[in-house]
Amino acid sequence: MRKTLNIALPKGRLGEKVYKMFEAAGYECPALREGGRRLIFENPEKGVSYFWVKPSDVAIYVERGAADLGVAGKDILLEYEPDVYELMDLGTGICRMAIAGKRDFVDDPTRTLRVATKFSNITARYYAEQGRDIDIIHLNGSIELAPILGLSDVIADIVETGTTLKENDLTVLETIAPISARLIANRSAWQFSRDAVTALVEAMQKTKEKD
Amino acid sequence: MTVDERILTPEEKAAFTLRALYAANGYRQYKMSKFEEYDLYVRNKDFLISDNVITFTDTNGKLMALKPDVTLSIIRSTANAPGETHRIYYSENVYRVSKGTHRFQEIPQTGLECIGPLSAADLAQVTGLAAKSLLALSPSAVLNVSHLGILRSLLDPAGADPETAQRITRAIGEKNPHELAALCAAAGISEETAGLLGRLLGVYGDVESAMRQLIPLLGTTPAAPALEALCAILSQLDGESEKIVRFDFSVVNDPRYYNGVVFKGYIEGLPGSVLSGGQYDRLMRRMRRPDGAVGFAVYMDQLERLRDGGNADA
Repeated sequence: MRKTLNIALPKGRLGEKVYKMFEAAGYECPALREGGRRLIFENPEKGVSYFWVKPSDVAIYVERGAADLGVAGKDILLEYEPDVYELMDLGTGICRMAIAGKRDFVDDPTRTLRVATKFSNITARYYAEQGRDIDIIHLNGSIELAPILGLSDVIADIVETGTTLKENDLTVLETIAPISARLIANRSAWQFSRDAVTALVEAMQKTKEKD
Repeated sequence: MTVDERILTPEEKAAFTLRALYAANGYRQYKMSKFEEYDLYVRNKDFLISDNVITFTDTNGKLMALKPDVTLSIIRSTANAPGETHRIYYSENVYRVSKGTHRFQEIPQTGLECIGPLSAADLAQVTGLAAKSLLALSPSAVLNVSHLGILRSLLDPAGADPETAQRITRAIGEKNPHELAALCAAAGISEETAGLLGRLLGVYGDVESAMRQLIPLLGTTPAAPALEALCAILSQLDGESEKIVRFDFSVVNDPRYYNGVVFKGYIEGLPGSVLSGGQYDRLMRRMRRPDGAVGFAVYMDQLERLRDGGNADA
């Protein structure tokens, strides 16, 4: 009997977009479109079952084996460094991790740089590589407010179009890393469901090329 | 009085099964003290899975540590007889910070080390015992094997700096073809080498089918001797072990310590690897030892989860 592949999708716009890719690759699950309060959606015919989780939790579900596969932003992978395989760049959800600050910001190297961010590990690594002394202010949302109110000098955050920054008189100062959605796999699941995973990755690759 | 086996937990049974397997293959048990001088670990910090070590000051003023690792102690214990082959197994608790909770945990670990002037037969014996350890725990297991000499012999002449080489190694460990290609391009590594690394990432299979793919790929490259060395090891595996051995280029234990054959073991139903090891002559050199060494550890704490899956009978 073929084993079902459990796939964790990130809730929200990115997840919807990515599910369309799975659908186009032949791994559709009509139950998922029906809505309702169900949490897990299965299509035994195609050998897949999907569930929606908070984007930042996808990597945990996959690392711990609750999901065989998942879709996570590179930002989440860089921040949590989960022990998973990163099989494919889905080429969607493209943005960048950047340092942003007020338009007239000038870094004073004689002072500790205060950085507000949701991504403490990425930020700490980035500045450690430069040997810059920083103070990380960990926030869970509305990061852009921090430099405006003087809580921090700069922010480290995801920048997609830059519109929010512009509207608040902020600008990108440095780019840390390009970000996009990645297909990740649990290490053990890959060993024991390799044929199914490989077939899915190949189908997704074809879908991506068509787009 | 005889002990009724039924009172043993599956993990205890597994530990005894592994001990019996190692003893039957000529390995003797090493019982280590709970503490070691902190200095041993701090000198080889990168070798440890986690940087954090529980330390305390002994009555004589020496800074001691609760052991976070067994291999370093075993290497040290064999220092007085260089040139001899030591076959040692252990079943010990180690103390490490758990990634999830960021707190110290006691982790039961069973494993073995073979230290001395190693032959391909010794390397094959340890690789085979790694496979048999997995089979003793579950009938559904795989042992992924690679040879770090392949990666090194392709990367070293490419002139990648140590940091880039580490990133490339990591991308390979993640089976991450897009990152690998991007890193190679950024580091100015030739398209030929980058393409070869990418193709190697796609090679996976049992010994026979992997060799069929690898020989045409690597036969005329600087990686040929490493492939030959791997071939010499894998061709000596017994039939039972060979059945679950797969070549997988993404097995990349830290190349600063490991140099030759490396392996990682998985059991169906357990999310991460339960066995890890390989040949670590480079660690021996760092500890100023001329001999070779190969070994592996089985993470016994993972086995509890097998009870949920129903194939726990070891």
